[in-house]
Amino acid sequence: MAEESESLAAPGPDLSGPAAAAAAADDVDARRSAIRDGFAVGIATAVYGISFGALAVAAGLDIWQTCFLSLVMFTGGSQFALVGVLASGGVAAGGSAIATAAMLGIRNVVYGMRMKPVVEAPRADGRRASIWRTVAAAWLTIDESTAVALAQSTDRAAKVGFWVTGTVIFIGWNLTTFLGALIGDALGDTSAWGLDAAAAAAFLGLLWPRLKRVQAGAVAVAAAIVATITTPVLMPGLPVLVAALVAVVVGWFDLFSRRPTA
Amino acid sequence: MTTWHIILIASAATLALKLSGHLVPAGFLERERPARIADLLTVALLAALIAVQTLGAGQQIVVDARVPALIVAAALYALRVPFVVVVFVAAAVAAGIRAFT
Repeated sequence: MAEESESLAAPGPDLSGPAAAAAAADDVDARRSAIRDGFAVGIATAVYGISFGALAVAAGLDIWQTCFLSLVMFTGGSQFALVGVLASGGVAAGGSAIATAAMLGIRNVVYGMRMKPVVEAPRADGRRASIWRTVAAAWLTIDESTAVALAQSTDRAAKVGFWVTGTVIFIGWNLTTFLGALIGDALGDTSAWGLDAAAAAAFLGLLWPRLKRVQAGAVAVAAAIVATITTPVLMPGLPVLVAALVAVVVGWFDLFSRRPTA
Repeated sequence: MTTWHIILIASAATLALKLSGHLVPAGFLERERPARIADLLTVALLAALIAVQTLGAGQQIVVDARVPALIVAAALYALRVPFVVVVFVAAAVAAGIRAFT
């Protein structure tokens, strides 16, 4: 992993002559493809802001609180988790809601470390990237912008992919959140509309791409069981936090670490 | 604590985490064990949230229309149906069962 980010950070070779023209054409192609990837992933992701907006309002948030989360928190997993815990435990479960959202945000630290050399490389004149650029990059550091950047073939394409994906999702996600909040507000009795089941399906959609390894599958099953059996005995919100211990134990001892045979 | 307090604290925490990745020199989380735990933490939290959201009703465990809705959702994700469609269908399954029972 460290090698990967170093190679992305290294400045490209200084080409000149006929090779440079070919490389420049390749570079344009690579950047075009990064822009396409960014829009495709960005638009698909932004659309499900509708479900977040509707679920947040169903959990008891008002429209402004819902929009604030998409503007400032801007990381889907944590947003869904926060309103999910508040839906089950109300304001009394606030501490658990904050802890769950924060723990789900820890992966963004890892993404930030990986994106830093890609999006904040020193400028041509050797000066460091400005603090505003760093803040903007951090704000837009999420699953999708990181994934699109890491999928590109050149450093410059990675940078373009990151900014395009992040920006498209930021704009789209906030618009769809507002729209979803208006819809949720209009629905009234949310359980009759199945919004509680929609929330479970939304969490499953966030989990699904992470289940490629046996270890992740084992952790998911064990965490679900722990959360279920502790629900009757713990305050709402706490079962999710207790289930997080499964990840610490399995991750620490690297249990179930073989790859799937299929 | 009011809802606004919860929202502000949680937003500040997640934003601070994002910034720390860009500002703090890479080190701790680049190591294998912390990186693995951070990765699995996301899986465990999401799985626990699914369990509570599907079976929980306050402090009780209840099997109702949410369970078949989640099974349908899992089948659709396995068929690579897009997120928004799955979430919508899951809501429709639960709403349909509730309307006719």
